[in-house]
Amino acid sequence: MGDILGLIARRLGLGLVILFVISIIIFFMVELLPGDIAQAVLGQGATEDNLAALREQMGLNKPAIVRYLEWLGGAVTFDFGSSIVTGERVTGLIGERFMNTLFLAAYAAVIAVPFAIILGVIVALLRNSIFDRVANVLTLTSISSPEFFLGYILILFFAVKWGMFPAISSLSQGMSLGDLLYRTFLPALTLVLVVTAHMMRMTRAAIINLLASPYIEMARLKGAPPWKVIVKHALPNAWAPIINVVALNLAYLITGVVLVEVVFVYPGIGQALVDAVSKRDFPVVQACCLIFAATFILLNLAADVGAILTNPRLRHPK
Amino acid sequence: MNYSKDQLLMDRLANAAREGRISRRSFMHHSMAAGVTASAATGLWTSAANAAPQRGGTFRVGMHDGNSSDTHDPGQYVSRQQIYLAHQYRSYLTQIEPDGSLGPDLATSWSANDDASVWTFEINQNASFHSGKPVTAVDVIASLNHHRGEKSTSAAKSLLTSVTDISADGDYTVVVTVESGIADLPWLMTDYHLAVCPANDDGTANWQSGDGSGPYKIDEGEFGVGWSLSRHDGWHLEGAYFDALELLVLNDPNARQTALVTGDVDAVSLIDLKTSALLQRDPNIEIENVPSAAAITMPMFCDTAPFDDVNVRNALKLAMDRDEIIEKIAFGAATKGNDFHHSPAQPYWPDDIPQRDYDPDQAKSLLKKAGAEGLSVSISTADSVFSGAVDMCVLYAEQAKAAGIEIDVVREPNDGYYSDVWLKKPFCAVSWGARPTPDNIYTLAYKSDAAWNESRWQNERFNELLLQAKSELDNELRAEMYREMAMLARDDGGTIIPMFNNFVYARRSNVMRGDNLAASWELDGARAPSRWWFAS
Repeated sequence: MGDILGLIARRLGLGLVILFVISIIIFFMVELLPGDIAQAVLGQGATEDNLAALREQMGLNKPAIVRYLEWLGGAVTFDFGSSIVTGERVTGLIGERFMNTLFLAAYAAVIAVPFAIILGVIVALLRNSIFDRVANVLTLTSISSPEFFLGYILILFFAVKWGMFPAISSLSQGMSLGDLLYRTFLPALTLVLVVTAHMMRMTRAAIINLLASPYIEMARLKGAPPWKVIVKHALPNAWAPIINVVALNLAYLITGVVLVEVVFVYPGIGQALVDAVSKRDFPVVQACCLIFAATFILLNLAADVGAILTNPRLRHPK
Repeated sequence: MNYSKDQLLMDRLANAAREGRISRRSFMHHSMAAGVTASAATGLWTSAANAAPQRGGTFRVGMHDGNSSDTHDPGQYVSRQQIYLAHQYRSYLTQIEPDGSLGPDLATSWSANDDASVWTFEINQNASFHSGKPVTAVDVIASLNHHRGEKSTSAAKSLLTSVTDISADGDYTVVVTVESGIADLPWLMTDYHLAVCPANDDGTANWQSGDGSGPYKIDEGEFGVGWSLSRHDGWHLEGAYFDALELLVLNDPNARQTALVTGDVDAVSLIDLKTSALLQRDPNIEIENVPSAAAITMPMFCDTAPFDDVNVRNALKLAMDRDEIIEKIAFGAATKGNDFHHSPAQPYWPDDIPQRDYDPDQAKSLLKKAGAEGLSVSISTADSVFSGAVDMCVLYAEQAKAAGIEIDVVREPNDGYYSDVWLKKPFCAVSWGARPTPDNIYTLAYKSDAAWNESRWQNERFNELLLQAKSELDNELRAEMYREMAMLARDDGGTIIPMFNNFVYARRSNVMRGDNLAASWELDGARAPSRWWFAS
């Protein structure tokens, strides 16, 4: 057990270093964009006079490196600063948006993960049957289509033709959970369709791979029914690759939803990031990107820890 | 005839009607041949009959162009979200009425001295902020001063540079002094930046609170997402028939139109021109197509060869087939330009100026006169200028070939177009927002010493007339001056104006409106929530 804790500590430390490097890259990427914040805020209508006044007010006259160090100084004490454009605290600005994104990701994950794994087990059981082929074709089709296209198709049928669900997922305060689940069903379904194929096919491949092993042969010979062979004998050894794919897909649910948010007008963090980049609002861009990076780092860590915990050989190294 | 053929015929008929190619009589005739009943055909031709306004309901609007980084600061209003919202929860001194005239908002009346250098505005004594505080001269002065002074970061600063003093005369009278007469000052007060906010004790404007004196008060909302508002019962004007408003940011054109089709919203601020014919088929949707003062311009530097020769400039103007551009780029939703930056949607528009049409032969002879045969020029453009900007320039280049002109279309990066290309490259495509008056746009972009004189055009007579017209209070004389200026800009100026974009927006057919629609912004001059109502 101590080894795992040591591993977690080492990986978290490494994660912090990665985040630091990412923050430098993001800062200079934003600096490289043509035009500056003052210009982006005041738009076409700005005069030189206006721009100078606004740059002064926003503190843009300091050298880039000084502005970065000032931001970094705050960030190490968990103060991520204020939006340069609106002057609001970054945490207040994106906190609620991030919760919305997390909610949608969790909603999609709760449906997609069990669905994909159960489907994967079933198609492994019925491999090379019609059911297997149909399931493969459908999931591969949905993963090959861009998600905005899937979203439009769902809107066309579920909202426009059949009127079962709203076309836009606008949220309001004090909405009941049932209402919330109803209004966000279509974006969640889109995400489910996008991530299911990966997880299902990895489950199928991992199990089929194991089915050729001698110990599976042994289980069959002793007369265990096929489903029991798969669930009790094959699946426990297949967890490691499945967990890895699940973790990657969960990260995608959080970081890759920008298009889905746009199509369904869902107030998540992706839209906030796009707006912030177009205004060169560096503290907000930085906060969003660091959240995304941290998500990836943590989920990868979780995948590795999960793989170790499900494998007794890794848990008890010689 | 089967269903799809009927639809095809109806679409063609609707297009023909739009282009004015068929009369109402033959439209009705053909519609009925296509299986449309007489009453439905009448409904297609004219909008629904107008009933008396009635109160009630929640009006939900899907609006385009909303960012998370928008703010309540009126000096930094730039997105449609801010502009639409501002016209609901804040007030202005004056407003543009649906018929295009200037009407009262917070000011009940206004008057000028003889040379239009001192203007007096009387404030409506019934006006109150949502917090209950009455609106007084102090609030108006603080709000206007927000856009003045050295430290101001307001984008409307240049609008008020000639204002020398703003003072109160009692609680409800504001006196504005300008350094030289401005007959248009009451029109300028409709500018979307000049919203009235409550004053702080130190005389600054309190824009942060979101308090205002408009027809609806903000209940809750978030920039980039949406806003809930409810009626301000003490509003000082007639209207505001809805009990509540929902303004939703729907930036994606598909999401916006789907929401309108499924009834998730009652009106949208912009529809995609490519699919408007399809949307028109839906009997529950009414599409509005309103000529605006928002121009597409192509300025040429009048001090740079080859554009320093007026014959070359006019040849380039003649080498453009505007009808084809309007049909193919704007899908018919535009008003033909005539190379002077004054739209029929603005006051004093001269209607007797001959239209410049496509004439490659005359263009050729002008080039010959200038000794510039086989002219070759580059035009800079970018997709972000407006939807179809690059296509428009490519089409123009094709048209100009008939006049022996070679135009090289240079596609510039979207980012920073207005800082790196506009005013820097000698020939480019530009999109201008609507301005309330001709004086306003001429002073901004055509006056010889204007910072944005995008064509670097210097014409003594034009500048002289501009100054004269600015302070002329006699409307007829003024109209005559603007007519002469239009002729000068058209025949000597350095700006090609292919078209003025129309505002194309839509509402569900249970939403009623008055006979006219204001042309200052989409959605009835951004005031649909206080002017429209639900049918019973």
